[in-house]
Amino acid sequence: MRVSFNWLKEYVDIDVSPAALAESLTLAGLAVEGMEEPGKEIEKVFTGKIIKIDTHPNADKLVICQVSLGGEEQTQIVTGATNVREGQVVPVAVVGAKLAGGLTIKKAKLRGVESRGMLCSGAELGMDPDILPEEQQHGIMILSADTPVGVDVKPLLGLDDIIMELELTPNRGDCMSMLGVAREVAALLQKPLKMPAVQLSEIPPELQDRVRVDIDDADLCRRYVARLLKNVKIGPSPAWMQQRLRAAGVRPISNVVDVTNYVMLEMGQPMHAFDYDKLQDGHIIVRRAASGETIISLDKAERKLVSDMLVIADPGGPVAVAGVMGGLESEVMEDTTAVLLESAYFKPISVRRTSRDLGLRSESSSRFEKGIDITGCLRAADRAAALLQDMGAADTVDLVVDNYPEPAVEKTVLLRPDRVNQYLDTDLTTAEISKLLTRLHFKVQEDHNGLLVHIPGYRPDISIEVDLIEEVARLYGYKNVKNTLPTGVITQGSRTVAQRLALKVKDFLARSGFKEVITYSFMNNRVFDRVGLPKEHRYRNAVQLQNPLSEEQAVMRTLLFPGLLEVLQRNSNRRLKDGAVFELGRVFYPRAGEILPKEVPMLAAAVTGFTPGSWNTQPVSMDFYYLKGCLDTLLAYVGIKDVSYRPATDIFGSHPGRTAKVLAGDVELGVIGELHPDVQESYDLTQRVVAMELNFHRLIQVASTSKKYHPLPKYPGVERDLAIVVRQDIPSQQIIDKIYQHGGDILRDVQVFDIYRGAQFASDQHSMAFALKFQAVDRTLTDEEVAYKTDAIMEALQRDFGAILRQ
Amino acid sequence: MQDKLKNILLEANQVLSGASNLEELNDIRVRFLGKKGLLTVVLRGMGALPAEERPVVGQLANEVRSSIEEVLERRTVEIKETLRRVQLEAEKIDVTLPGTVFMRGHRHPLSVIQEEIEDIFLGMGYTIEEGPEIETDFYNFEALNLPKDHPARDMQDSFFINPEVLLRTHTSPVQVRTMERTAPGLPVRIIAPGRVYRRDDDATHSPMFNQVEGLVVDRRVTFADLKGTLQVFVEKMFGQTTKTRFRSSFFPFTEPSAEVDISCVMCGGQGCRVCSHSGWLEILGCGMVHPRVLEVSGYNPEEVTGFAFGMGVERITMLKYGIDDLRLLFDNDLRFLAQF
Repeated sequence: MRVSFNWLKEYVDIDVSPAALAESLTLAGLAVEGMEEPGKEIEKVFTGKIIKIDTHPNADKLVICQVSLGGEEQTQIVTGATNVREGQVVPVAVVGAKLAGGLTIKKAKLRGVESRGMLCSGAELGMDPDILPEEQQHGIMILSADTPVGVDVKPLLGLDDIIMELELTPNRGDCMSMLGVAREVAALLQKPLKMPAVQLSEIPPELQDRVRVDIDDADLCRRYVARLLKNVKIGPSPAWMQQRLRAAGVRPISNVVDVTNYVMLEMGQPMHAFDYDKLQDGHIIVRRAASGETIISLDKAERKLVSDMLVIADPGGPVAVAGVMGGLESEVMEDTTAVLLESAYFKPISVRRTSRDLGLRSESSSRFEKGIDITGCLRAADRAAALLQDMGAADTVDLVVDNYPEPAVEKTVLLRPDRVNQYLDTDLTTAEISKLLTRLHFKVQEDHNGLLVHIPGYRPDISIEVDLIEEVARLYGYKNVKNTLPTGVITQGSRTVAQRLALKVKDFLARSGFKEVITYSFMNNRVFDRVGLPKEHRYRNAVQLQNPLSEEQAVMRTLLFPGLLEVLQRNSNRRLKDGAVFELGRVFYPRAGEILPKEVPMLAAAVTGFTPGSWNTQPVSMDFYYLKGCLDTLLAYVGIKDVSYRPATDIFGSHPGRTAKVLAGDVELGVIGELHPDVQESYDLTQRVVAMELNFHRLIQVASTSKKYHPLPKYPGVERDLAIVVRQDIPSQQIIDKIYQHGGDILRDVQVFDIYRGAQFASDQHSMAFALKFQAVDRTLTDEEVAYKTDAIMEALQRDFGAILRQ
Repeated sequence: MQDKLKNILLEANQVLSGASNLEELNDIRVRFLGKKGLLTVVLRGMGALPAEERPVVGQLANEVRSSIEEVLERRTVEIKETLRRVQLEAEKIDVTLPGTVFMRGHRHPLSVIQEEIEDIFLGMGYTIEEGPEIETDFYNFEALNLPKDHPARDMQDSFFINPEVLLRTHTSPVQVRTMERTAPGLPVRIIAPGRVYRRDDDATHSPMFNQVEGLVVDRRVTFADLKGTLQVFVEKMFGQTTKTRFRSSFFPFTEPSAEVDISCVMCGGQGCRVCSHSGWLEILGCGMVHPRVLEVSGYNPEEVTGFAFGMGVERITMLKYGIDDLRLLFDNDLRFLAQF
């Protein structure tokens, strides 16, 4: 909402600076988002009358104008404009004048002829051509012939004004009007509000004048005022009105249209003017559209109407979409001689739906959909009639229909002063509260329960006590409310186990060299193909967005790691080839028979390339075992025991020989594996990638935060190395399990310390070396004891795996 | 014999001062003081001396022995010191060379700031609640006093799954879900962080972003409590000198409602590009819980009151770190992430 400071001053005596007013309004909830001074740069531009126009001796496209600036002397100005005529009054920038864009006018010679100034267009004066009347949009701005000559154009054209841009909250539809804003200003500055006087002198109707309003659908139209004006003379509206419309960002069109817009801007009541002679029998019917009906709206588009849209019709069909836009057929034209003014109340939801469904938002619909003052319809119609009458553009006929089936009952809301003080922690007296509300023009009556507050029609947003408490707080000033902290029972603020664990995992990974990323929860459907997900895989069953912004964000993710691959790809394109990233976030699985999908927190990580090297550090390849090592350490860190990896050859997107399922006991936590070369290629990644994705929910369930102390060993341990030659396809995990199984309770630890392949072994064999640590809690072990165990281990390895001791 | 002893001493002193390493010293010890050493040999000849000379020679021999031992000891210390000095000199390294590289990782800045926000409120006795990111229209709108066709729904353009299910546009539904569970228990003090979604994608809007919601419900919760709580939050988050300003505003689920501005962290309130020359930055919305929301959630608004607030984690993160482009937060450039 654009608010002209000059216009506002007509309703309130403002004795503070525009900046101070803007701050007060902002704090009170009418946020001033910007201040504009349209004529800030303009200096020394006066109105001048073109006395004489001569052709230029040396140029076809220039003319020489003799311009009077009011005094005896005439000023010679050369112009290339084609729309100047003798006798016109135009804005004249004299030598030394400043124009929009920082242009300064100097004395000049144009093709040998002296020119002492410039005739100005609207744009040169900093005016937006889009909101100038059509005839002023091109060429020099021609002012009306009765404009005084030699006066400063700034006040004349509203260039001395300051425009405040208000960002209104949806509850304050009343402030989509100058009077609404003025009421707030008056309340804030504690000044009286000066309402415009409405004085009508009506002419009697003639026999053939007929106005009839039938409201067929009173649920959508609670009031309809129709007022007849005759002897209409269409022409431009007066300069002062045009100036105000322009300040509000509305383009002047003609006196009748301008007046309807003016009254809307002033009072917040959208109005429509029908060409009375184009309505059948002056008969207005307010009804729902019949399905299949169409109308050509003022913007010359054919609109298809559906049956829940409210239309204004005459017996011949729709003439306007109620509250949204008028019809072209009944539009006021230059030859219009009688006008029927509409000033109505349409149901907000209906207007909102209709305008949304038609894709048509107008100044009118945006006001109706927030709820206008139903009590003000007639006054607005009278105001418009009076304005037209005053400017000599029409006569008001004593023929007005006010169809108001169920007049609104004035709302009263009880406000308990105790409640106010309880809410705000204030000590306001009943009288103080009452005074604050009175400043907002609420009528307040004291009764034994508290204050009975009468809510004016223009404040439909107020219906319960707390609405009034807010009004009191606003006017009292939020800054005057104390700052305290809640009292009462002490509560313990702490994270849940799961929340702590999530944080712990994120911190662990961050300290282990991973960068945490946050990727969108939605993704492109095509990702499923890209990561090689089989056609019927359950992960393809994703939650679909009905109205995504793009295909890239069409479905909710069922997998986390593709997001990480995109991150690696994007960084790789920026020559950041090495990386280790993770994300902890949710995936979404639709559930049959449930309204909401299942949301599961997942932990995904991906590594590619090498760790950074240095003059003394060899880069380490971040391969499968690198990520696995991180995962092992992470799982141990969160107290998960009994972790095992089961080779998995059939995981989509994964290298069949380099992928494993991660298990904690019987619980499947997720998958770790190298990316399938096809998938790596589909992401244009030049280096191999290893990724994992774990179900974080399950991880939390098997994690343990409890720790138990084990006494330190009192007796020395014995270390033995065991090197065997064994088939390569036997998973080392099986061998280690077997070693533990036969090592008994004195076998404390088994580590693989070497794997060797060489010509001395058969091609399917390799050598594996294990470091075994034996230790007993109650004695020093003897060599015999240990030898007995290692023999047993070796025997089992030989028997079960065909392993032989390496010599 | 006495001369012999004196000569031994003289010779010992001579070789000891010429010795340059510990091995030589050891050789000298053996040569003079050892079982077959010169001094020992001389002392063995004591038996052949007259009885009256024995004590004199004996004393002299002891003096020679202790003198040699003393010098030997001193020389040992000297040589050890020299050797250590030489060793240390030889072992000098360029301490300005970079240290061994440790691969350090990084939390995402949004995640860091979210944790900071959480910690501030945990310290004030709040617990952390979570709720679904895909919500029903009821929890996201209806229960928050935003009936269908309410113009305020325009403030939050939504992604729909179907007419009744959508991506939550704010974390406020967690308020309702929590109260439904706790009612009529008191007090309620929670924050609810999480991802939210709105149908906006431009330089200053991301279709997905993060919010932290806060809710306090109790018997005597006031608007002053809301102001004080957020004042504490702002001071902890942005520093003691940061000023706070409460502006009247509108949210369907709170009343009175306010928007909170802080004095611009870039210019200190003088006015700059970041604060559009106003000196203020909007950081969150808040208000007293609307009675209808309390009612829907199972509390009697005549008996309890509450306040709620909601803040954007992106906004606070950008202000804290001076990040000038929202899109960086979701681009995940490794060089960007390495800065936090």
